[in-house]
Amino acid sequence: MPRVSRRGVYVRKARRAAHLLFFKRHRKPGASASELKRALGPDYRKALEILDRQLRELDLRVREVEEPSVEGGKKSRFYITLRGTLTPTEAKYCGWRIDDLAGLAASILFITARGGKAPRKEVEALLEEKLPGWRVKAGLMRYIRAGYLGEDEQGNLYLDWRTWAEVDQKALVDLLMKHEE
Amino acid sequence: MPSRRLERLRRVINLCRAVEEGVDPFSVDVGSLLSTLREIFPELKNPEELCLDVEAVDGVSSIVKRQGDWVKSRSTTLYRDPFLLIDKLRRLGREALAEMFLEVWRPVVELEQITPHSLEVALRYWGGLAPLSERWRREEAEAAAEAGEFRVLTEDFEEELEALWAELRERAADKPIDYWDFVVAETYEKTIRRAYITSFLITYGYAKLEVYPLEERMQLRALRKPRPRVEGGCMMSIPIPISFEEWRRRVAEGKP
Repeated sequence: MPRVSRRGVYVRKARRAAHLLFFKRHRKPGASASELKRALGPDYRKALEILDRQLRELDLRVREVEEPSVEGGKKSRFYITLRGTLTPTEAKYCGWRIDDLAGLAASILFITARGGKAPRKEVEALLEEKLPGWRVKAGLMRYIRAGYLGEDEQGNLYLDWRTWAEVDQKALVDLLMKHEE
Repeated sequence: MPSRRLERLRRVINLCRAVEEGVDPFSVDVGSLLSTLREIFPELKNPEELCLDVEAVDGVSSIVKRQGDWVKSRSTTLYRDPFLLIDKLRRLGREALAEMFLEVWRPVVELEQITPHSLEVALRYWGGLAPLSERWRREEAEAAAEAGEFRVLTEDFEEELEALWAELRERAADKPIDYWDFVVAETYEKTIRRAYITSFLITYGYAKLEVYPLEERMQLRALRKPRPRVEGGCMMSIPIPISFEEWRRRVAEGKP
């Protein structure tokens, strides 16, 4: 029986993890901890570490995000995200104008300041102080469709899965507080 | 004195309820509440008193939980004074805000790909797709037929509009007429044509469409003079599907 080296096993597992994390299989990209455990075995974190090391060269990383679950607790989900940052020009090429980014940042900060939930009308009023009304409505629709914000039946906006996955909320709040006018 | 004991228990319960309804949980001295309950407990005898005691202990524990939640929320790294935060946000320019966001934004990398199921659907579609030359022939014939049948924007259009307006004024002289009564004709094609021209009568202000969604009823009212569109007024589009089955059903019902 041919012997497979321990390293070889993990390299194969890292490759499989890359497939699971890169290719979208559900509504959300990435994979949950339980999916990865099922596919790669109990030592799936080791495979993710190897993948993360390999992705460093490409300015990407494996990111673990603790998302609030429906049952009330928290669940881990893994995504592949950018390691560094995008320049304003790169963001523009990805379809994000300065207005869109500023609107999203303002919405996230406002909702965070209000304890994680804020009436849509109040978010709209805040954005309309600096953006035209039609752009505010289109922007909010885009943020909701992309999964940055969610809207409940009472018309409140909350931070949805993509904000948890992509935005360092603490750093954003710190930057705002430290900003000198 | 049992009544005095009951009153003290009820007072504790009411205080706990007030906290549940929004009173600051730190305005209550939990220690003194617990010593009151401890003091009363040996004297409690009947089941009613014991039930009230359980309720009071439950209430006090909920106050402790609220105090814990408050401390937890204030001690999180994300907590900042909301007023200060929103004030700063209001004073910040769009560019500065966008740049700030780009510093903390790490977009997810994701790839969309075809699945076996969508591949199967696509293959089925491809199999059933007629050659391009055949499709073009068919489309040209359909376009010619449409132009011939419906004469969408011909010189007669205005005359047709006038004629239908006159008919509507005559048939709806005293009271509004049911939309379907007016539109449905002896053939499906004529019905579509009448509905099409009626839509122009409504849009140009020659007629008024009244919709009663709860009764699933629509009425047409003829206007003596075309009513110009009010500047800044709100226009609303109402799609009215007229399928062949719908037309057949209306004709069978006796309309017209």
